[in-house]
Amino acid sequence: MDISVTLTVNGQQRAITTDPQRPLLEVLREDFGLTGCKYGCGEGLCGACTVLLDGKPAFSCLTPVSEVRARAITTIEGLAAGPALHAVQEAFLAEDAYQCGYCTPGMILATVALLREKAQPTDAQILKALDGHLCRCCGYPRVLAAVRRAAGRAGA
Amino acid sequence: MHSHREPDVPLTVEDPDFVEPVRYDFGVSRRGFVQVLGAGLLVVATAPAAAQRAGGRPRSVSARLHLGQDGIITVLTGKVELGQGARAELTQAAAEELRVPVERVQLVMADTGAVPDDGLTAGSRTTPSTVPSVRQGAAAARGLLVELACKRWGVEPATVEVRDGVIVHSGSGRKISYAELAADAEAGKALEQTGPSEVSVTPVKEWRVLGTSVARPNRRDLVTGAHRYASDMTRPGMLHGKVLRAPSYGAELAGIDLEPAKAMKDVVVVRDGSFVGVAAPTTFRARAALGAIAQTATWKPAPHPSSKTLFAHLKEHAQSGGEADNPFAAELAQAAKVLRETYRVAYIQHAPLEPRAALAEWSGDKLTVWSGTQNPFGYRGELARALRLGDDQVRVIVPDTGGGFGGKHTGEAAIEAARLAQAAGKPVSLRWTREEEFTWAYCRPAGLIEIEGGLDAQGKLAVWHFININSGGAAIDTPYKALHARSRAVSSQSPLRQGSYRALAATANTFARECFMDELAIAAGADPLGFRLAHLENPRLRAVLEAAAKRFDWATRYQRRDPATGVGLACGTEKGSYVAACVEVGIDRETGRLEVRHVCEVFECGAILNPRNLEAQVQGAIIMGLGAALREEMQFEDGKLPTTNFDKYLVPRLKDVPQLDIQLLDRPDLPSVGGGETPIIAVAPAVANAVFHATGTRIRQMPIRLGKEPGGSRAAERARPPAHASG
Repeated sequence: MDISVTLTVNGQQRAITTDPQRPLLEVLREDFGLTGCKYGCGEGLCGACTVLLDGKPAFSCLTPVSEVRARAITTIEGLAAGPALHAVQEAFLAEDAYQCGYCTPGMILATVALLREKAQPTDAQILKALDGHLCRCCGYPRVLAAVRRAAGRAGA
Repeated sequence: MHSHREPDVPLTVEDPDFVEPVRYDFGVSRRGFVQVLGAGLLVVATAPAAAQRAGGRPRSVSARLHLGQDGIITVLTGKVELGQGARAELTQAAAEELRVPVERVQLVMADTGAVPDDGLTAGSRTTPSTVPSVRQGAAAARGLLVELACKRWGVEPATVEVRDGVIVHSGSGRKISYAELAADAEAGKALEQTGPSEVSVTPVKEWRVLGTSVARPNRRDLVTGAHRYASDMTRPGMLHGKVLRAPSYGAELAGIDLEPAKAMKDVVVVRDGSFVGVAAPTTFRARAALGAIAQTATWKPAPHPSSKTLFAHLKEHAQSGGEADNPFAAELAQAAKVLRETYRVAYIQHAPLEPRAALAEWSGDKLTVWSGTQNPFGYRGELARALRLGDDQVRVIVPDTGGGFGGKHTGEAAIEAARLAQAAGKPVSLRWTREEEFTWAYCRPAGLIEIEGGLDAQGKLAVWHFININSGGAAIDTPYKALHARSRAVSSQSPLRQGSYRALAATANTFARECFMDELAIAAGADPLGFRLAHLENPRLRAVLEAAAKRFDWATRYQRRDPATGVGLACGTEKGSYVAACVEVGIDRETGRLEVRHVCEVFECGAILNPRNLEAQVQGAIIMGLGAALREEMQFEDGKLPTTNFDKYLVPRLKDVPQLDIQLLDRPDLPSVGGGETPIIAVAPAVANAVFHATGTRIRQMPIRLGKEPGGSRAAERARPPAHASG
C-alpha cells in the first residue's frame, strides 16, 4: 500500500507517493534523479550508497523510505554550495583520491560526517570511520591522504 | 537466450588480453560527426605503417580528431576509462603532438557510433598501442595543418611553429589558429585530398605534456556525483529490469508461472527459452514481480563438482592428461637435487564496485546501449548476434565505468536489457545485484601448477619443467636461465565460468615460479636474492630486483630470525614491464593471523607517461593483490556459490593497507608500456616466501592459509561493519 511522504533532501522538501518499504537509495536515484549515491552491494557492506541523515552517515540501500520522513537527508549533490566545492571534495581532488570514482561520493560523505564530529581525527579514527567503505580500485592511500588533508594535515 | 550460460567463446583464457584487433571502421558519415561534435573539421589522419609496431606486427596508424570552430580539439578513441587513467593519458598524447594545452582537448571514448575500434581496453594495451596511435594521428594532423598554412603563405614548413594551437610564421608575423582553419571550407577540402604523410612524434626529451602528472580531466564530476555511470543513465519512459537466475550452476528451468507478475501494474514479463525477465517502473516493483514468479519456478539441477575437489577435477580433465610429461626426465635423474611441488590458485571474482549495468533503447530496428564494458566493439557484436541484428544496427556507448579489472568483457547485462526493452517497447535499465555479480560473472581461473626443478652439483638450475593446468599461459616462461627448461599451459574443464582478470595468469604463474625458486634457493643453500640474481640475465628485471632489495635493506633484514616476523621477495615480468617486491609479514602464532606490514615494490614500464597516475595504479595493484593473496576465494558446492557479498568475500579495506614504499623506475630511453597490471604479480609470492622465512612452513596455495582457518573468525567479525548503523 503506497503512502505519501515528504522528504527533506539537500534542504528541499520533496513529496512522493510510494511503497513505504522502498529503500531510500532507490527513491533518491529513481524518483529524484540523485544518482550520486550508488548501489554497490545492497546489504550495507560497501558504503557506496552512503547519505547523511541529520548529519550522520547511513546506508541508504538498507533504509526504508518511510523511516526518514523527519530527517534531513544530504546526498553528494547537496554538498557543494553552487560552484564552490565542499572542503572535503576539494581535498579529494587535491590528492587525486579517486580511480574509477564509484566509491568516491560515499567516501566523501563519510568524511564530512567524521570531521563534523571530530575536527582532528587520528588515523585510527579515520580507519574506523571509513572501514565500511570499499574501494575496489584499492585507491586507499590517497583516500587516507585526502581525509588527512581535509582535517588540516596536508602531506602528513 | 540464456546469457549467463553461453559457452565462454569470447572468454578463453588467453584471448581477451592478447588479441588486440586492428580494425578500423571508416563508415561513419561526416554528418554523423557533426551531430556528435558540432561544427568543425574532422581529420582522419593516417601515417605509414613503418612508424609503429605492435607486438611485432606492422600496422597502420590512424586516429580521428575533430577541430572545433570553438578551438576545442576532440579525440575519438575506442578505449574506455575505468579508473586506470586512459582518459588523462590519451588527452596528454593528443595535446603533446598538437601543441595545445590539455584543457583544449576533449575525448569521446568508446561510442561505437563515432570512434575507431581500438580493441579491448585490456592487456595493458592503451599505453603501447593507443597512445602511439593518437600521437601519430595528432602529429600527422599538425603536419597537415602546418602544410596547409605554409602553402597559403608561400613559406617553408621549417620556418613556422605551433604555439598553443596557433601556427605562427615568425618571419612575417602571420598567424592562423586551428580554430580558424576549422571554419575554413577550403582547408577542409585540401585536407580531404591529402594522403598519408610522413610524421615524427615528439622525442621524449622534448615532452612538455607527456611525462607529467595530468589529473583526470573529468575529476570534478567524480567528487560532486555529477558523473553518470551506465547504471545512472536514464531515458524518458525508462523501466528497470530484473532477470530470473537459476538456483544453481547449470540448473535448467523446467516450468514457471508468469501470471503473478503479469497481474502487477505496469509490469512487463518476458520468457524467451530459458530467459525470464521482468521490467517495471521502479526497481522495487521489478524485484517484487521477479520474486512472485521465482517462487513458482521449478528447476532441473545439473551435477556440478565441489570446490573441495576442484584441483583433482582440473587435473583429471586436463588436456593431454596434464601429466608431468617431462621431456627432461633423463636430465632430471642426473641432477644433484630434485624438487617437485604443486601449487594451487583459487577462483576469485573481480567484484568491481559498479556491477554490470546497461541501459537499452530501441528506435525501430536500431538499438542503442549505454553500458560499462571494457569491450565496446565486441559487445556490439555480441548484442547483434544475440538479437539477430547487423553490427550497423547496434550502437554501444560506454560512459566512464566503475571498475573492470578484466571482468567486464562480456555483454550479458546489455543483452538482457535489450531483450526486455524490445518486449516492453520502452528503454530498460538493468543492473546486476552484487549476488548476481559474485555468482554469474566470470571468475579469474583457478589453476593447478606442477613444477619440477633440478639443481646441479654447483647449485645451478639444470632442469625446469612447469605446467599450468587451467589458469593460462601469461608470464609462464621463466626468466631464469636453466640448461633445460620447458613451461606450458594446458586447458582443462572449468567448473565455473572463467575469463580475464587484471594480469591474468601472470599472477598464478609468477606465484608458483617465485615460490618454487625460493625452495630451490634453500635447497641450494643460497640466499633467495643471490640465487635469483645468479640465474637472471635480463638487465631490466635485474635492475628492479636489485633496486627493491636495496631499498628494503634485504641483506640485513633477511639475516634476522624471528618466528613472528618474516621477509620475502619475488620478481617477474609481463607485457614488457618489470616488477620486484620485498615484503615483511607479522605472524601471530596463537591465532594464525598473518599481517602484511611493509611492501616495497619497484616497477619499470619504459618511459613514464603520467607518474602520478602510474603510482596510483601500482598502489592499487599491490593492495588488490593482497586481497587475492590473503583472503579472496570463490567456493562452490552442488552448483551453489555461497559467497554472495562482501561479508564473506573479504576484499582489502583501508585498514588493511600496509606501509607502502614504491619506486617507479623511469626509462625515457625505452618505449612506454602499460602499468596497470604487472605490479600485481609479485605481491603474493613475496608474502608466501616471507611466511616461510618466519615459520619454516611453505605456502603453496592462493589464498595463503596458515593451517588454522584465517577466514573464519574474521569473516564473522566483518559480517556487518560497525561504521554506521543504518537509518
